[in-house]
Amino acid sequence: MSHDHRHPPAHGRDHEAGLPSEHEILSRAMQELLEEKGVITAEQVRRRMEQFDEDFPYRGARVIAHAWADPEFRKRLLADGKAACAEFGIDLEADRLIAVENTAEVHNVVVCTLCSCYPRALLGMPPTWYKSENYRKRVVRDPRGVLKEFGTVLPDQVTVRVHDSNADMRYVVVPMRPRGTEGWSEERLAGLLTRDALVGVTIPGTNQ
Amino acid sequence: MPKKSPQSASARPSAYTPAPDRRFNPGDRVRVKNTYPPGHRRTPWYIRGKPGIIERVCGAFPNPEELAYGFSGEPKRVLYRVRFVMRDVWPDYQGAAHDLIEVEIFEHWLDPA
Repeated sequence: MSHDHRHPPAHGRDHEAGLPSEHEILSRAMQELLEEKGVITAEQVRRRMEQFDEDFPYRGARVIAHAWADPEFRKRLLADGKAACAEFGIDLEADRLIAVENTAEVHNVVVCTLCSCYPRALLGMPPTWYKSENYRKRVVRDPRGVLKEFGTVLPDQVTVRVHDSNADMRYVVVPMRPRGTEGWSEERLAGLLTRDALVGVTIPGTNQ
Repeated sequence: MPKKSPQSASARPSAYTPAPDRRFNPGDRVRVKNTYPPGHRRTPWYIRGKPGIIERVCGAFPNPEELAYGFSGEPKRVLYRVRFVMRDVWPDYQGAAHDLIEVEIFEHWLDPA
């Protein structure tokens, strides 16, 4: 893998405008203490952040592309998301996963109204809009209106099914496989699967 | 494709934890308690008092209301996925009558309905 691009510094501050927040100072102090006591090393922290940036965000697309290509795997994914990911070689660590499938009749969309619970080991860090109060408050009240703002307009006969990820489970949407993708490799299929489609705010198509 | 070597169900990492002593099963009608105790609660305000149907059993998990204060979270509580019709949750809901919302609710927040 090419490694000539720059990484942000270990504490994630790629700009130095203003003073660090209280939470940032607390986090740094905690890390320094844990390093001092030999519980973790700075290298482990850096490595972990690299995973979040470079590995985790692409896992979801690979899993769902595999589910599109292999109907038996799809069944296992829908029955138990964590076990299916483990079989595919992806350890979701603490995340317990429910995969929900979009059909011609049902469209799924995920939110966490209490904070920003998100399947991080599968999709990486949640996008800013997912954490915003605007999205969290409105998608449970007016999902069709919010989806429309993402360019997703659903006919009335399609049931919108909102998932509040408010406790111990995490969710991923299995979108419908677009027409015209017969015979595509999983890698090519994965290219259609954006993060937003796996949260359910967009619908993957071949004309992106 | 080669078949996977057989693994016992318990050896596989699962999304679900066992909850043999549960009170509800999928399809059961329930109502979320309409109560507002202080403290750390994972039951969103908008869903309190609303009628729904058990969609699935997620398993038994440490009680977040205890974990939040540094206790062990034992005994574990059974967590359910509960399905609600949007119009039951929001009387002025503008979308389709069949639109749904599903929320994770711990057993002690649910009454039979």
